[in-house]
Amino acid sequence: MENLNLVLPEIFISLSIMFLLVLGVFKKNSSGITFNLSLFVFLIAAIIAINETFSVNRETLFNGSVVIDKMSSFMKIITLLGGFLVLVISSSYLKIFKIFNIEYPVLILSSVLGMMVMISSNDLIVFYMGLELQSLALYVLATYNRDQLKSSEAGLKYFVLSALSSGLLLYGCSLIYGFSGSTNFDVISTQLNSNEYVLTFGIVFILVGLAFKISAVPFHMWAPDVYEGSPTTVTLFFTMVPKIAALTVFIRFLYVPFLNLIDQWQMIIVFLSIASMLFGAIAAIGQTNIKRLVAYSSIGHIGYTLAGLATASNEGIQSSIIYISIYVVMNLALFSCLLMLRRNNQYYEDIDDLSGLSKNHPLLSLSLLVILFSLAGIPPLAGFFAKFYVFKAVLEQSMYFLAIVGLLSTVVAAFYYLRIIKIMYFDKEKDKYDTDHSLWLKFSLTFSTILILLYFIFPSQLIEVVSRINII
Amino acid sequence: MSFPILSSLILLPSIGALFLFFTKDKDGNNSTAKYVALFTSIVNFLISIYLWISFDQSISDFQFVEDRTWIEGFINYKVGVDGISILFIILTTFITPLCIISVNNSVKNRLRDFLIAILIMESFMIGVFCALDLVVFYLFFEAGLIPMFLIIGIWGGPKRVYSAFKFFLYTLLGSVLMLVAIISIYWISGTTDVVKLYEIGIDAKYQNLLWLAFFSSFAVKTPMWPVHTWLPDAHVEAPTAGSVLLAAILLKMAGYGFIRFSLGLFPVASEVFTPLIYTLSVIAIIFTSFIALMQEDMKKLIAYSSVAHMGFVTLGIFTLKQQGIEGSIIQMISHGLVSAALFLCVGVVYDRMHSRMINSYGGIVAIIPKYSILFMLFTLAALGLPGTSGFIGEFLILMGAFKDNFLVAVLASLGVILGAAYMLWLYKRVVFGKLVNEDLKKMLDLNKSEYLILTCLAIPTLFFGFYPDPLINTIEVSVSDLINMHNINLASK
Repeated sequence: MENLNLVLPEIFISLSIMFLLVLGVFKKNSSGITFNLSLFVFLIAAIIAINETFSVNRETLFNGSVVIDKMSSFMKIITLLGGFLVLVISSSYLKIFKIFNIEYPVLILSSVLGMMVMISSNDLIVFYMGLELQSLALYVLATYNRDQLKSSEAGLKYFVLSALSSGLLLYGCSLIYGFSGSTNFDVISTQLNSNEYVLTFGIVFILVGLAFKISAVPFHMWAPDVYEGSPTTVTLFFTMVPKIAALTVFIRFLYVPFLNLIDQWQMIIVFLSIASMLFGAIAAIGQTNIKRLVAYSSIGHIGYTLAGLATASNEGIQSSIIYISIYVVMNLALFSCLLMLRRNNQYYEDIDDLSGLSKNHPLLSLSLLVILFSLAGIPPLAGFFAKFYVFKAVLEQSMYFLAIVGLLSTVVAAFYYLRIIKIMYFDKEKDKYDTDHSLWLKFSLTFSTILILLYFIFPSQLIEVVSRINII
Repeated sequence: MSFPILSSLILLPSIGALFLFFTKDKDGNNSTAKYVALFTSIVNFLISIYLWISFDQSISDFQFVEDRTWIEGFINYKVGVDGISILFIILTTFITPLCIISVNNSVKNRLRDFLIAILIMESFMIGVFCALDLVVFYLFFEAGLIPMFLIIGIWGGPKRVYSAFKFFLYTLLGSVLMLVAIISIYWISGTTDVVKLYEIGIDAKYQNLLWLAFFSSFAVKTPMWPVHTWLPDAHVEAPTAGSVLLAAILLKMAGYGFIRFSLGLFPVASEVFTPLIYTLSVIAIIFTSFIALMQEDMKKLIAYSSVAHMGFVTLGIFTLKQQGIEGSIIQMISHGLVSAALFLCVGVVYDRMHSRMINSYGGIVAIIPKYSILFMLFTLAALGLPGTSGFIGEFLILMGAFKDNFLVAVLASLGVILGAAYMLWLYKRVVFGKLVNEDLKKMLDLNKSEYLILTCLAIPTLFFGFYPDPLINTIEVSVSDLINMHNINLASK
């Protein structure tokens, strides 16, 4: 008998989704209660995940197609917390656009469920299933504000391009199955013969699909449009949670079945990393919409995460995981600020709308200052440590070129972060924004800003947790 | 473990800043905030004086060392002082209260935020001078960019945005290469602890590249020719207190870094690159002196003179002679006092007439005599007149240089003459001559706070000019130990 306790969070979430849907059918005006219940679902699932899986070293289920190890449990917990936080700060935004419906929390829950399946997948088919589950929910979420043209456009774009990349990914999977005779990662790793070049084709196809999901250059085209068009809370979800899952799959896919083919894929990852870092930094300079700018900056940040992956060492993987964890916190803080730019039930998302913010809203602009300097990687803020760990791992492998290009692109990136700070602090003020924000929004901003600001006092804890993740 | 005096020096200004954060922010004359800031910085100054008194000058080891695990098995939070760093700490804690007193006249809006920025800046600067771990050093070194960027950008002059960006990006670009070098040192030697690195040394085959990476950061910060162009812009646009901090302390971080890291960690490479430093220093001294002669703007002139003076400093450091290095340190301290005073002097007339152009002044000696006397004193100190602290520094540097390379020393001596030329000419045009503008007659002489600040700066300038022993005694053992260590390392390679 399988130990089903290990997948209890997934089981719990799927049952809750069904329950919430039924509740929505039978009870009128149930959006508020669905919302609150889904928050509890996230929390309970996270607690179960901590209880059941945190101490597990490595166990497989269902003929080895699902794996529970240190990495999957850590990533699942971040995913669940990320989902929770996104949901918790969305409510006031959705209410203003009159789209506060029961579908929203259910869609978020199902997409998180898909991500959790992805995170513990150890099999190409399971992985693909999880990927599609989360993508389908994301397509709908992108168009969630269906009365706005931009939102529909974003959803359609995302759907078409994502379907294309899924196609490539499936093609890669079939090639790999054809040459190794199995879809299981562990079996593939024993069956591989590195002389078969067709396998390399398979890897490349899958990498393209995955690079699309994390929006690494040159497969990033969809990101700015989709980020701009989607409702802001959904954009927040896009920038945080799917990346965690996709990164986990990236790590597992590269390091479990294809570790022996490292010569084949290392250059590809280095290229993706360098291209993303540079492109993200340069393309963001000309942006005027904050959400588009965040899209480009997130492309850049994915570049740094990939730099850690390119090292082919446990330290590198750990540094990537640390990077993405800190990045998630910074993004949460950034979007909390963005959601506070509201005046007369209208949200503002142009950079110029921040003009002179420091005069009218000193605390808000101070938090945004901290967040932006942290995103730029200036010490002693958390963002610096994220980059520091990555470059430490990169330099251990003597990849000097990657490190120097990466650090130089942080200087370029610093320019556009500074530009926002300049607009906030040096320019003339505009009208005041509303200050009656929900308690949760204030809480999430304060909490994440303090985390960023004071991370330097206790940097060891995160490292200690992450250092238990040993994939190789 | 004894009382963590260095950590409290670092932390105290930040705590003061945090406290200020909770005071009410009124535009205009916010006296509570000012007294809190002043009190904090004076207490910090007293602590640093206590530190100096209880510092044992006869041993070269680092003292008051605190060593705590920070990131398990990787970085320790390690701070400590030797004879070299203690002087810079005192310079920092001495200049900061003077800056805070001076803001009355120059900063009109958001006084509280300005004071917070200055206090946080003080924390970071003290941190730079005590850090005994490369990563900790880098952290403080870079973190200082944030408050300085805001000081220039929020309270600066008309072109403040351009200057703030230039300052930030130039310095950041220089520093990222240093970060690569620091991490590489960790992988090469297994530690980033400076004291341990002094003992085990760094493999000679890596030293040249590492030295260059550190150099890229320090050269921008010093600033050395040809990467000095951010300095005049930053100085001109920054408010007076910002210029003072920049000139008096921020520039010294790089000189300190050269002594502590470039010389201490990379003896072989320092030997290799000495000609490069000599060339750049001599160019800086002569070239920027000529540029200074041509300036119309007083602040710009003093900014260029800073580049020339820092040229002397880098020259002195890389003579690798006892006199040269001691001279450089004294020159840095003296320049910290004198350039701070000169920027304040410019600030005094700027606050009254709102012009920094030299040609809008002239013949003010009879109108504001007290000011003219003090300005005279600092002008003479800047050009290195015997009896002022400027002389001791330049003299020792040139002595060290003559021991090492005759030609370089002769060329550098030319700089002394040029320095006298542009400073005296500046003084003559501003203070003497005919009265060019009737409005000048309405100028008031120094008020109490300005008088206090300038006198506070004049006393040590004169005192150390006549009696430099306290400074030399403090640094002597540390410097000779540094040179011994350098020679031993060099011989063993």
